[in-house]
Amino acid sequence: MNDNPLWTLFSLFAVLSLMAVGGANAAIPEMHRVAVDVMHWMSDKQFADMFAISQLSPGPNVIIVALIGYHVAGLAGASVAIGAMVVPTCVMAYFVARTWDRFKDARWRIAVQAGLVPVSLGLIAASAFVLARAADHNVYAAVITLATAATAYFTRANPLWIFAAAGLLGVARLV
Amino acid sequence: MADSSANRPAPPRVPTQPTLLELLAAFTQVSVAAFGGALPWSRRMIVERKRWMTNDEFNETFALSQFLPGPNTINFSVVFGSRFGGAAGAAVALLGLVGPPLVIVIILGALYERYGDIETLGHILAGIAAAAAGLLVASVAKMAAPLFTRRWNAAPLIAILAFVGVALMHWPLPYMFLALSPLSIALAWFKR
Repeated sequence: MNDNPLWTLFSLFAVLSLMAVGGANAAIPEMHRVAVDVMHWMSDKQFADMFAISQLSPGPNVIIVALIGYHVAGLAGASVAIGAMVVPTCVMAYFVARTWDRFKDARWRIAVQAGLVPVSLGLIAASAFVLARAADHNVYAAVITLATAATAYFTRANPLWIFAAAGLLGVARLV
Repeated sequence: MADSSANRPAPPRVPTQPTLLELLAAFTQVSVAAFGGALPWSRRMIVERKRWMTNDEFNETFALSQFLPGPNTINFSVVFGSRFGGAAGAAVALLGLVGPPLVIVIILGALYERYGDIETLGHILAGIAAAAAGLLVASVAKMAAPLFTRRWNAAPLIAILAFVGVALMHWPLPYMFLALSPLSIALAWFKR
């Protein structure tokens, strides 16, 4: 094993990206284990803060790997981490998508596609549940979750307004 | 890609084809708005606002992205972009989705390294996290609603099994995925 932290970041996230079936949040426990317990790059609290910052930032959740990379090795670390996490799987997704479209009338493809949808939905529902459980640590937080869900389900209003209101409740120390 | 809708009337919609510039603009907008994950925002943009895909097409494409290893909204941007614009479409969608948040998060990361513990920040984060969870709940409800009213009837059962296994029993997600997918695909195969 090479001592260069960039190499460590690269190998960690390249491997993780191929294991992360079901999204970046599924890979969080493994990132925590390596960053905190194995490499001692940061404390437990620092890791939790980075997770919160990645939630506060817009964009896909996978962006947390850039924060870890930045903490370890600055801008170079951030670039290496996000590149390792994103590029291999994107190349794979690109070629699978092309092959996939060639077989669009094949019976096996129709069955695979129809079969994957309910599994996928169940897993997303599970992330929603886990995130809500983690976030709703008091009554105000639970009300925010429910109000956001109802507004987003029944209207086409831009949810950013609710997010702004939720942030203000945070400033008022209610959440 | 209206293949699986052959057995029911096609929902009325205007078929639109995004250009590369529209793809870049759409995914950039999704990425800068997407607090708490990009799925709800991608769905809102593609299904509700632009109508580039129906609910079913979105579900099927997203399911494929989830089946592929790696962060699923990233995969989704590549699969979606390549469908409408080949390799250039994939690159443009990915750039729009990852580029702006990357810049923002690195700025926040730099501020955090300097100004570490500010208590108010933690409370703001807590409020936004609660709202983000609610937004995801609404997206799941919208995506799943058709599943419970038609299609092959084992689908809701499979979805509930996946949910219970991961959310309530805390079984490892890759195992659940590997166990349920073949079962679900086999059921879909024999159903037809």
